[in-house]
Amino acid sequence: MIQMINPIEKLNKTFDSRVRLGIMSTLMVNDKINFNDLKELIAVTDGNLASHIKSLEESGYIKVNKGFVGRKTNTTYAVTKAGEKAFQQHLGALEKMIKAMK
Amino acid sequence: MNAKQQSLQELQQIKQMMERSSKFISLSGLSGISAGICALAGAWFASQKIHCWQYGDCQFGDLINDTDRKVQNEVLLIAILTFVAALATSFFFTFLRSKKTGIPLFGTTTIRLLWNIAIPLVAGAFFLIRSMQLDQYELITPGCLIFYGLALVNASKYTLGEIRFLGYGQIILGIINLWFIGNWVIFWVAGFGVLHIIYGIVMWYKYERVSRINNDTND
Repeated sequence: MIQMINPIEKLNKTFDSRVRLGIMSTLMVNDKINFNDLKELIAVTDGNLASHIKSLEESGYIKVNKGFVGRKTNTTYAVTKAGEKAFQQHLGALEKMIKAMK
Repeated sequence: MNAKQQSLQELQQIKQMMERSSKFISLSGLSGISAGICALAGAWFASQKIHCWQYGDCQFGDLINDTDRKVQNEVLLIAILTFVAALATSFFFTFLRSKKTGIPLFGTTTIRLLWNIAIPLVAGAFFLIRSMQLDQYELITPGCLIFYGLALVNASKYTLGEIRFLGYGQIILGIINLWFIGNWVIFWVAGFGVLHIIYGIVMWYKYERVSRINNDTND
C-alpha cells in the first residue's frame, strides 16, 4: 500500500456520488434520457436528482435539451464530449487502482 | 483492501446502471419454460387433429367427416390459442420478475425491445398469411421458426444477450425443416417446445436462482 503511486488523484471528484455516477453511466449507453426515466433508474427524489444534474451540467459533462412531446414539456439529457472523456478517465483510474492493489 | 473493494463496487454499480438503462433485463427464464410447455401442448392438439383427419384413428369420431376447410380453421385456432397462452404465461412470469427486481415493466427499454422483436415478426406474419392463401402450408413451420429466430437475434441487443443463441437454434431448425417438410411436428416441438424449455432452465439457473440466494444472505 505504501510504495504505490497514488492513483486516487486521477479519480474525478465530480463522480464521487452514487447519483452522479448513475447519471453518467446511464448517459454513456443512451443517446438521451428524460428526467423521469432517470429518476426511476437511479431511485432518487426529484430534488436530489435535479441538484446532481445541475452540478454535472455546470461541470460541462452533460447537456440539457428542453423540448416538447405534444404540449407537454420534455427535458432530455445527453453526455457531452468532455463528459465522455472525463468518465472514461475515471473508469481508467478505477481500473488502475484495482490492478495496483492486487 | 478497503479502497480496492470500493473501486470494485463502484465499477459494479456503473456496469449495473449501464445494463439497467439500456436493456430490458426482467425477462424471466420461467417465461421461456412456460412458452415451451404451451408450444408442446399446442403441437400435441394440432397433430392429433391432423392425424385424426388423415387416418380417422381417434376418439374424435366426428372429425373424420370434417371438411378440409374446417380442419384448417381448427388447427389455425389451436395455433392462435397456443400463441396467446404462451404470450400470457411468459408475460406473467416476467411481470413477477420485474416486481422482484424493482425495475418497472414498461419503460424506454421495453418499448425498444418490443419494437425490435416486432419488425421480423410482422414481416414473417405477412409472409405466412400469404403462404396460407397460396396453400403453401408446408412453409408455415419453417417460416415460423426462421422469422421467430430472426426476431430473437434482433432482440438480443436490447435484453439479456443469451437469447441470441435461442434465436440461432430456431433459425437453424427452420432452415433444416425446409428440406424435411413432412416432419413439421418434430421441428415445431424441438424449436418452440424443447429449445424454449432448455433456454428457460439455463436462464433461470444462471440469473434467478443466484439472485434468490443473494436475497437470502442479505436478509
